[in-house]
This record gives sequence, structure tokens and C-alpha cells, in this order.
Amino acid sequence: MNSSLLFITLLCLTFFSYWFGVKRSLKVAGGAEHKKNLTCLPQQFGLLTAMVCGLPALITLLIFNSVENTIIEQILATTLPANIQALSTIDLGLYLNNIRSIASSETITNLIKSIENQSLNNANLATLEQLKAALTLKELHQQVTWLKTSLVLVVAITSVIVLVRQFSITFKARQKAEAIIRTLLVASSGIAILTTLGIVISVLFESIQFFRSVPPTEFMFGTQWSPQTAMRVDQIGGSGSFGAVPLFAGTLLITFIAMLLAVPVGLMIAIYLSQYANTKLRRVAKPMLEVLAGIPTVVYGFFAALTVAPVIRNLGESFGLSVASESALAAGLVMGTMIIPFVSSLSEDAISAVPESLKEASLGMGATKSETVIKVLLPAALPGIVGAILLAISRAIGETMIVVMAAGMAANLTANPLDSVTTVTVQIVTLLTGDQEFDSPKTLAAFALGLMLFITTLGLNILALKVVRKYREQYD
Amino acid sequence: MTNSIKSSTDNTQMNDSIQQKSTVTITEKVTKSLKKRHRKEKRFKIVGLLAVLFGFMLVLTLITDITAKAIPAFHQHWVKIDVDYKSAWLNIDDTAAATQLTNQMQTANYRKVLRNSIYQMFSTGAEKKLTRQDKRQLTKLFSTNAEFTIKDKLIAKPNYINKKIELWVKLDDDVDSYLKEDFPLGEAGLRVSKKQAEWIAKLSTEQRIDSRFNLSFFTASDSREPELAGIKGALTGTLLTMFVTLLLSFPLGVAGAIYLEEFAPKNRWTDIIEININNLAAVPSIVFGLLGLAVIINIFELPRSAPLVGGIVLTLMTLPTIIIASRAAIKAVPPSLREAALGLGASKMQVTFSHVLPQAMPGIITGGIIGIAQALGETAPLLMIGMVAFIVDVPTSILDSATVLPVQIFLWADSPERAFLAKTSAAILVLLTLLLVINITATVLRSKFEKK
Repeated sequence: MNSSLLFITLLCLTFFSYWFGVKRSLKVAGGAEHKKNLTCLPQQFGLLTAMVCGLPALITLLIFNSVENTIIEQILATTLPANIQALSTIDLGLYLNNIRSIASSETITNLIKSIENQSLNNANLATLEQLKAALTLKELHQQVTWLKTSLVLVVAITSVIVLVRQFSITFKARQKAEAIIRTLLVASSGIAILTTLGIVISVLFESIQFFRSVPPTEFMFGTQWSPQTAMRVDQIGGSGSFGAVPLFAGTLLITFIAMLLAVPVGLMIAIYLSQYANTKLRRVAKPMLEVLAGIPTVVYGFFAALTVAPVIRNLGESFGLSVASESALAAGLVMGTMIIPFVSSLSEDAISAVPESLKEASLGMGATKSETVIKVLLPAALPGIVGAILLAISRAIGETMIVVMAAGMAANLTANPLDSVTTVTVQIVTLLTGDQEFDSPKTLAAFALGLMLFITTLGLNILALKVVRKYREQYD
Repeated sequence: MTNSIKSSTDNTQMNDSIQQKSTVTITEKVTKSLKKRHRKEKRFKIVGLLAVLFGFMLVLTLITDITAKAIPAFHQHWVKIDVDYKSAWLNIDDTAAATQLTNQMQTANYRKVLRNSIYQMFSTGAEKKLTRQDKRQLTKLFSTNAEFTIKDKLIAKPNYINKKIELWVKLDDDVDSYLKEDFPLGEAGLRVSKKQAEWIAKLSTEQRIDSRFNLSFFTASDSREPELAGIKGALTGTLLTMFVTLLLSFPLGVAGAIYLEEFAPKNRWTDIIEININNLAAVPSIVFGLLGLAVIINIFELPRSAPLVGGIVLTLMTLPTIIIASRAAIKAVPPSLREAALGLGASKMQVTFSHVLPQAMPGIITGGIIGIAQALGETAPLLMIGMVAFIVDVPTSILDSATVLPVQIFLWADSPERAFLAKTSAAILVLLTLLLVINITATVLRSKFEKK
């Protein structure tokens, strides 16, 4: 049985054991009419039985699936002839790959027979060895699958039997079921921690490997970025240099342009909607902002690359300026558009959190509405607004699709918004899509960039939360 | 405070100076400045209104631009050709037995039939014989798919052998774009030569060209030829990926929220989890892609490009959103409800699952749908785990190689062929429609639950 079929069988078995648990508990009570004798409801017995049936078996299945392949390959490696076992890990991996692809075809036994019938020379012997290894692999797979199926089913059935034999009138089925549910709840909330841990470990581990071949100082302060490493030793022009300063500069340039659009517009929208607009306008404007916020970034990227960039280039050329076809300005402006709703909703929250009394006092003193906003509301809401801007910056830095589609690949170190620049996220995508070999500095560089990105956005986020929290303490 | 004190001292100083001059009173001064202040107020208000209008303008431009670009993708030009199923061209022995004939039909030379039929159509009458270059240009007018249309027709109706049949086939994407762009009849256009344009003019005066609804956009998978490419594969991939995401993220997210809101003791560990979740919500999505690549693919060795892996990565990404929204919804349930149920002897678990959770459901569902909508439009992490491959087959299980709609949009946007521009816009419209449907479902579900 393969894994998905086994999973479905397990599911059926779990449903069955619910029913079985209910029946058994009633039998223990002495029939359905005496079910009041039980300390817990029959359904609670059923729930407990179902969980005891399904959970351990499911865990067994998952563990088995994750270690299955490694074990099979290790067993296979021991059966291989000595001269192949002596190969380096990379060559051995290739050899095993070969065997795996042979094993997926149906006609191995026929192939072996046809070769055995021919005269045996060296080349034939090598193929024959491979074919035999593939056959072993196939048999091993079958055996392991049988082992897995039987193991999972045995675990499921024995745990149910062991449980059911404990059933008595005073058996605390509910408490036990609730304890299991509680464990599951704790585990689900722990997934967030595991995710963070996974991110930190995976990114950090690969980055350390990267920094072994490229010194961190070169990465942090070098101004040359050309990650093409040589495939052959004698290749020209593929030395690879990993100075990430142009990427950081490009990211900051595009973020700066985005903020230049998003902060004033977003802030003004927030002020107007919270202080001036009537309910009618608000009722239309809120969904408008939601639409802007809900549009997928790939759509913004398409818009930036195919609509905004040509417009900017034509406009620039009519003024006699030379504009790159993938200018930082186009990517930045569209990114700014994407961030407007983010800035406006967070700043609106900050403005509306200012106590009404401050506003009323100012208006009562004869200040106009705009004076109240500029001199009273904004200063009071400043920490919240700063927090919003910090979060928006963190978002702009981590934004990927817009820059991948609209910003360039060339790592230029420039502050000219009409030039083409590249960003950290663009480089991560280019380094990790397409042909790649793991453990080459080119691939590992992406993880080092990812680490930078993670640290920066995390730092900005923590800073923003701190600023906002400090401000809340003032009025609460 | 210091500010106001300072300004009041300023005022007294000003008052003194005014009293010394005793020419302008305060009221006069205020009245004088009032005009200026009101002007300022008006200006500020207009700037605010402009900002809001600017937002509207952005939305409008975005939607109209994409819709306008998408419209050409929904129809496609077909052409009627006279196909001559000559057995010599097909390389079929028409005297063979029926069973043999069907076998032969599968492997017959339909390309030759197509080409020769076209040459026949254009070399009749007063026109001179076609040169080699003419022939090449002529075949370029028709989609590479025409060959298969001819094949399918013959297999469906075997008695067409040695007959001349009128058949509708697709035009090439360059010709299709040319026809959609209203060039004057017979004039050369983008990627269409003068000679080709004259042929097209001839075809259209003979009423052989027809514009039809492009059904294959929804029923075909990706292709290198724009006139054949469709979104079925990507849409299926999206559905499978969303299925995995929904199945994992919703239960896990709600369970996590229930624990943190109802059971977790107020201690350091809970604090750490809380801070963690808030920070995780702000981590760029591409970092989750790195996690997927390094851990799920390289360590757990799940298959690359599979919807299962995509679903897991998107689950990790949307989990914080769902947990935060669900916690807010659970928090909003009045404590009196819990206390009443506890007072009647229900256990904490029973209170949570049969009283608090149903009450919190509208909020939880909204949160879940926001998370799913976010996952639906996400592209970057899926690029990392290899869902960018060119995949022609429609995926049938969560372990097959697949791509999703946003990634398909990304791939098409990168293609050099002009006709893919319209396809990309059309795919975007489909994606936006999906998002709209999801959001409407959220609103409907929410109101339904609230009525209860």
C-alpha cells in the first residue's frame, strides 16, 4: 500500500474506532439503557478511542516516511560492489540517481535477461551491475512498503485494544481525551516557534557555509556584485565577486522612492478620511483602499513593467533624459502605490487613538481643523505614525515580485532613479531559480542575502512595535 | 505643555507691544489673520481630498489598464481552409482493411496534407507558382496546432479520405495580433510582411476568417505558442495548493489561537510565542520560500514543484495572520458566556469547543479567508521551491509538478511574444475575479453565521 492509500485506510479505521469505542463503553455499562452508570458520555469514550487509534499511527507513518529513503539507500549502498562503494560522495550520488531512474521503469528483469544472453564484456558487466542494483532497490522498496503498512496498522490496532481493555464504569474518558486535545493545541501554537527556528537555522547554516568561502567583510562592504562562478577551473570571467553594497543601495533607493509616494499620500488619506470625510465618502474610500491592498504583488509587477516603465521612459525621453527601460523610478512608484493603504490604515489607527479631549481642547481654543491636525493630532500620534512608516519600510524592503519584474538585474551602484538598479530580493530569486548546484557559493549567497533581509525586517518590526508600545503607555 | 506656555508668554509680550502702539487691537489682528488661516485650512482640505482622489485614480487606472489589455485574449481568429485528404500526401494505403487503416491514420503525415492544401489554395487562378520563400511565409500564417485539428477530424470521420473538406483551424498568434490591431487591410504590420498581409486580405474578403470566443484559454494548459496557451494547468495547480493550505492552516491556526487565548498560562513561554507570531507576520514572504527550499525540499526530500510543498510553505506564511485574526475573534466573545457554561458544570474544553468557538466563528472565518486570499496571490516563495517550471500537463495529485496562477502570470509576463501580453492580462483578470469571489464568500458566510 502506498502512503496516500494507507492514510485513507487509517482515516477509515479511526472513524470505525469511534463507533467501536462507543459500543464498548455501552457494553461495559451493561447496555444502552444503563449508560447513566458511566462517569463519562459514550461519545467521549468514542472520541478517545478514535484519537488513540489515529494519532500514534499517523505519527509512525510520518516518521517512517521521512527516514524511509535514507535507510533504503544505505542498505543499497552496502550491497554494491566494492569499487563503487569506494567512489566519492558526489559520484556515488550520481550512481544512485542512475539506479533510481532505472528502477522506476517496468522492464528490469527483461533487460537483465537480454544482457545475460549476450556475450559478457566489461561494458555489459557494468550495466548488468547497475540493473541488478536497481532490482535490489525495487525489492527493497516493496519490502519497506510492506513493513510500513503492517507497522502502521499494528500500531493503530494494538493501541485501540490496549485502551479498550482498560474501559470500566469509572474510566475517565473525557479527562484523557481533553488532555490529548490540549497537547495538540499546545503543539499547534508551538508551530510558530518552530517556523522561526527553522528560518533562523536554515538561513544561518547556509550563510555560515557561504562566509567560509567569502569573507563577511567583502560581502558587507564590497562594491562589486557578479555572482557568476566558474564551472571549469580555467574559465575566464567567472571569478565571482560577492560585494553586496550595490544591492543594499539599490534596495534603499527603491524603498526611498516608494516611501516618497506612500507616506505623504497615505498620511493625507488617513487625515482626510478620519477628520474631514463624511460617511458616504468613507464608505466608498475604504473598499478602494482594500482593493489596493488586496491586489497580488505579481499584478503590480506586471503593471510596473509593462505600463508605468514605458510611460516614464517616453516622458523622460521627451525631456531629453536617458531613462533605463527598467528604471528604479517605475518599480519604486508602483511599490509606493502598493504601500499606500498600509500606511493610511496604520496611521488612521494612530490618529484615532489620540484622546478626543486633546482635539476638542484645541478646537475650543479657536484653532482651525488643519491647525488642530498639524499642531495637536499629528505630534500626539507621531510615535504611532513613525511605527507605521517603519513597518512600511520593512515591507518595501522585503517586497519581491514588483522588483523582480520591474527592476533590473544589473548591480549598478547609483543614486539616479532613472537608472536600473537591482535589489536583495531580486538577486535571491535570480540565484535560486534556474539551474543551481547546492553548496556552490552562488547558491549559498542567496541564503546570506536572505539572512540580511530577515535580520533587517525583524529589526525594523521590533523597533516599530517598541515605538508604538511606548506611545500607548502615555495615554492608557 | 512647554510649547503652550511659551506661546502664551509670546502672546503677553505681543499684547504689551500692541498696547504700547495701541493702533491695532487683538481682535483686529485676529480678524486680519483669519482670512489667511481659513485659506490655509481650505488648502489643507483640498490636498487631503486630492490624496483620496489620487487613490481612486490609481485603482481605476490599474483595473482599466489591465482589462483593456486583456480583452483581445478572450477571442481568437480562425480560418477556413480546404483540406485535401489525399492518400498519397497522408502516406496511407487506402485499399487496406479498415482496422489497418485506423492504425495508419494515427501515424499519417498530416503536416504534408496541411502544407499542400494551403499551397493549393493560394497557387490557383492567375497567381504564379509559389516560391520556396512564399511557401515558408504561407505556412507561418497558421498555427502549428492546425495539423492536429486536421488529424482529429480525419480520425473522427475516416470516410474523408481522398475528399476535399472545408475545415476551421487557428491562425498563428502573430496574425491573430495583427488582425486585432486594425491595420489597414493588405498593409504590413508588426511581424507580418506585406505579402502575408495580402494573403490575409484575400482570406478575409473570401469570408474565410472568423473571430470566435477563445475557449481554449480556459481548457488548455501552458504552451510555448501563445495561440494555444491556456490557464487550466495553473488553475488546477492553484486549487490543489489552496486545498493543502486550507487543510493545514485553518485547523492549525485556530488550534493555536484557542490555546493562546483560552488555555495558555500568562508566563514567559506564552509571551515568547506571542512576540514570535507578531514578528513572523512581518517576515517577507520570500524568506518562507528559503525555508521551504532548505528544510522541506533539501532535508525532508519532498518533491520539488509539488502543490504539497507549496501548500506547506504558504501555510507557514499565513499561519500568523490566521492566528492573530482568530485570537481577536475569540477575545471578543463575552466572558459571561464562558462563566455561565462553567457554572453549569461544563469542562473548560467543552466551554471552548461548544460555546466560545461557535460564537467566534464569523471572525475566525473572515481571518481564515483573509489568509487564504493572501496565499492565493503569493508568488515569491513559490518561485523558491521550483513551481516556476514550464509544465504542460495538468497536475492530478498534490505530488505532481505544478505551477499556480500568479506564477503563470509571472512567466507569461516575461515571454517575448506579443500575444502573451493579452494572455497575461486575462490571467490577471481571472486571478482578481477569484479573489473577489473569495471575498464575497467571506462576507456572505459571515452574515449567515451572525444571523444565527
